[in-house]
Amino acid sequence: MSAEPGLLSARLALGWLIGGEWRFQPARFLTTAIAIAVGVALGFAVHLVNGSALASFDGAVRGVSGAAELSVRATSPLGVDERLYPRVAGAAGVLDASPMVRLDARIGGAKLTLLGLDVLRAGSVTPSLVGITPRGPDTGNDTVFDEASLFLSRTALAQAHAAVGDRVTVTANGRAVIFHVAGTLPGADAAAALGVVDIAAAQWRFGRLGRIDRIDLRLSDRQAAEASLARLLPADAVLSSEAARGAQGSALSRAYRVNLDMLALVALLTGGFLVYSAQSLAVARRQRTFALLRTLGLSRSGVISAVMVEGVTIGIVGALAGLAGGYGLAWAALHWFGGDLGAGYFGMATTRVVFQPVAAASFFALGLSAAVLGSAIPARAAARAAPAAALKNVGDVLDPRRPALWWPAAVLLAAGAAAALLPAVSGLPLFGFLGMALMLAGGVAGVPWFARTMLRPLAKRTVGSVPSQLAVRHLYGAPAEAATALCGIVASTALMIAMATMVSSFRGAVDTWLGQVLGADLYLRTDAGASFDPATRARLAGTAGVGHLAFSRQLPLTIAADRPPVSLIARPERDGRDPLLVLIERAPTMPTKALPVWVSEPAQRLYGWEPGETITLPLAGGTRFMVAGVWRDYGRQAGAVLVDEADYQRLTGDDGRDEISVMLLPGNEAGAVGKAMAVQLPADLRRHVEITQPATLRHMALTLFDRSFAVTYLLEAVAILVGLAGVAATMSAQTIAREREFGMLRHLGLTRGQLSAMLATEGALVGMTGAVAGIGLGLILAQVLIHVINPQSFNWTMTTQVPVGTLLGVAAALTGAAAATAVLAGRRATAKDAVQSVREDW
Amino acid sequence: MSATSILLDVHGLAKTVPGPRRLFHSLDLQVAAGELVAIIGESGVGKSTLLNILAGLDDADAGSVSIGGTVLGSLDETARTRLRRERVGFVFQAFHILPYLTLLQNVALPLALTSPDGAAAKACAAEMLSAVGLADRGEGYARDLSGGELQRVAIARALVHRPALILADEPTGNLDPDTATRVLALFAGAVREHGAAGVMVTHSDASAAVADRVLTLRADGLVERRVR
Repeated sequence: MSAEPGLLSARLALGWLIGGEWRFQPARFLTTAIAIAVGVALGFAVHLVNGSALASFDGAVRGVSGAAELSVRATSPLGVDERLYPRVAGAAGVLDASPMVRLDARIGGAKLTLLGLDVLRAGSVTPSLVGITPRGPDTGNDTVFDEASLFLSRTALAQAHAAVGDRVTVTANGRAVIFHVAGTLPGADAAAALGVVDIAAAQWRFGRLGRIDRIDLRLSDRQAAEASLARLLPADAVLSSEAARGAQGSALSRAYRVNLDMLALVALLTGGFLVYSAQSLAVARRQRTFALLRTLGLSRSGVISAVMVEGVTIGIVGALAGLAGGYGLAWAALHWFGGDLGAGYFGMATTRVVFQPVAAASFFALGLSAAVLGSAIPARAAARAAPAAALKNVGDVLDPRRPALWWPAAVLLAAGAAAALLPAVSGLPLFGFLGMALMLAGGVAGVPWFARTMLRPLAKRTVGSVPSQLAVRHLYGAPAEAATALCGIVASTALMIAMATMVSSFRGAVDTWLGQVLGADLYLRTDAGASFDPATRARLAGTAGVGHLAFSRQLPLTIAADRPPVSLIARPERDGRDPLLVLIERAPTMPTKALPVWVSEPAQRLYGWEPGETITLPLAGGTRFMVAGVWRDYGRQAGAVLVDEADYQRLTGDDGRDEISVMLLPGNEAGAVGKAMAVQLPADLRRHVEITQPATLRHMALTLFDRSFAVTYLLEAVAILVGLAGVAATMSAQTIAREREFGMLRHLGLTRGQLSAMLATEGALVGMTGAVAGIGLGLILAQVLIHVINPQSFNWTMTTQVPVGTLLGVAAALTGAAAATAVLAGRRATAKDAVQSVREDW
Repeated sequence: MSATSILLDVHGLAKTVPGPRRLFHSLDLQVAAGELVAIIGESGVGKSTLLNILAGLDDADAGSVSIGGTVLGSLDETARTRLRRERVGFVFQAFHILPYLTLLQNVALPLALTSPDGAAAKACAAEMLSAVGLADRGEGYARDLSGGELQRVAIARALVHRPALILADEPTGNLDPDTATRVLALFAGAVREHGAAGVMVTHSDASAAVADRVLTLRADGLVERRVR
């Protein structure tokens, strides 16, 4: 006798059994492998796109920053007084300093970052930003100091369709200036669209005299420099490292990327459930095979191994195919949608796919794990079955009297709810996702109880057609069997409904909000840093048909170096009655001398600002404001603060405005007044002003919203398709496995039509049960998405708006698909000769 | 029957099933090498349960079962599985021929469970298939065969690893009388030729007729009904 009835000695038999099953049921293996492949492909593709976009965004940031060790940066585009430069240059620990003006500019339609720098200082601190003429380094210094010389990076040259030697018009800060392209910036990052001119030319010709935006530093002692500069810097400047700038860029899109990653994993999770369904059914179908093998001497671990080897193989094949598919998808997505998949986070960066081996290994492992875990429970069930009883096949294993347990589902749902109540971890809603996973597991675990409860009234009926009674009794007596078929579809439906409800609520909230904030008849906006000066504003106010004009200024304002800047909005706040201020909360009282600031909901959540609190904003050397209230804002994820226009002008001296809201006099038509206002604009400003009606703005905003969520919709659709494929596969597998039952019923006198009716009823009941359970669970999960994940990720709140049409559509599609699949599979199962079905050995 | 040739030795076996209902007690049975014993009895008397206990698939409430000198009660589940794999052969009423394996692979399965040597297993299986009259059908599948032929394949599978004990549960229950007679003759001949101890449970006197001894299972044990 050998030492062990072990797996090694039985490997030949296991090989035969697994190989034979694959030849016998190739479609089952293919379907489950595809389910895993789709999940891995989506997850890997989204990860690759995010990673590639971030890498290129990072490159662009480095390209513009010139890889300085440390920089002093102005907190807003108003810049800082240039007299700060000599003080910074002389600070302890600073070896050299390079002052800089930074402007958002255009050459024709091409956007670029224009830097004005002192080439002598930059040569020592950020040499990659120093231009090279075609003749080589400019040793005579005549070209680099020429106020008309412009050096462009390769990307900027390509985007502007310019060449060295050309004359180009650069527009920035509302002014257009002609430059001569004197050379290139070979040291700049390939992804950066960058232009460099002399700092004096930039200050003089673009209206920035006396102001600088950045001072790049070369250090002798970083610690000493950080300490001395912290004491020296005014409130409207921050110390910023390359790491902080990377974090700033990453923070902007991190929540979006994490959510997209999680959504992609949903498809993988659904794939895992599908493997579970398929393997469970395969195990149920082969119960007597495993019983025979156990009788012949295969150990329990041998049976488990047989099922697990199948799962591992499905996982390996599916995961490898998924990685290949994911790379292709990422390439296609970057090619057609861009690095932010249409969400608008990485506007200026061009992106190519960067293969990430660690991510590939992780997603391979995830795909494999989904397949292995999906097989583990069926494998245990296969090994646990008593061989003698299974071989006899008497009465099968179903006992209609056996209660379906409700408490495991209740415990999991309660644990999920408790997890969802926990706060975010490093700004990410990790416990929210854990809560969703637990609730999903709870929902799936509760399906047998739910199915039985739902079918109880039908099962108690004694009247009705035989086919429908048989269908109801079968499902009522075997809810766990139905649950096996349903778990994939319940999971994918629930997640799809949750996402759809969240997006619908979000879209509804944005739509309502747009209706509230777009209260004017016309809007005028400038681009390329142009602004409406007081004289222009006065002329516009006198245009025929204009009733009232409200002017505003919007600037980015950096509160913390490692966070994206908030939007500073200067408008006539009118004690909170400005239409933009859709108030959520306001301070009970405001001292008369206090400067009011109205903070947006994301700003409140990000910086912890509460109504009535006094805060210091880095404006005009640091100014204390009192938070007058919190307003709803879905337009600025990084937060916004609104100060009164008059306070802003008094504090900064900036009399430019970049947006005008126009209220018309009664009886005037917006289009005609818009044209009349355009005539009032100076010629050089006219082409930088966009005149829009609120309906157009609303349409544009909602189009942008839909574009941002296009990938979400796509991922949802894939998840539901995987789920439907699961229903099709499991329904057909269950139907085919009942061939002998159908043969017996044919013997008893049921016609094939009655059998088809029975199967259609069963399929419809299964589909409907899945749809109702999935929708119910989805609405619960949606509450976590809306009230936990969204606020923790994006810092805005909303109320639930149920997409009734989508819910009804999903319920109808699932019910129809399940019924149709059952009938189609039943045609094959009932087409066989009834006698043959009964006597068939297996 | 000499003591040394006894391959199956059962003493004082008792079994109660949930209900509770006592199936049998004080059951003794000895089967020698090359001997085929038929056990008959009414439905529900415990024939299949007795076979399951003899195979180590079910536990008795009292008594002992020894196969080739190995007492089942002293073995854990792993050791019982090993014993079954190497020393017990089975023939079932429903033939249980796996539809996705060739007939040769079906017959070779007990050997393939113990050794990775596929060529040797298939050679033995081919020899056994030939012995049951299906020499040229090894590469076929179950769906190509009649019920009688399937049961012959099952007999070949039960014998291929030269077990000490062969257990048959209503082996001809699914066959017509003529086919049943031929299959039983083959089965009885194979048991004797291989020198195994054979136990067959049946409710058919005609089937029992091929056995060397026929015993009736009653609540108080086995009663000798006929000796060849």
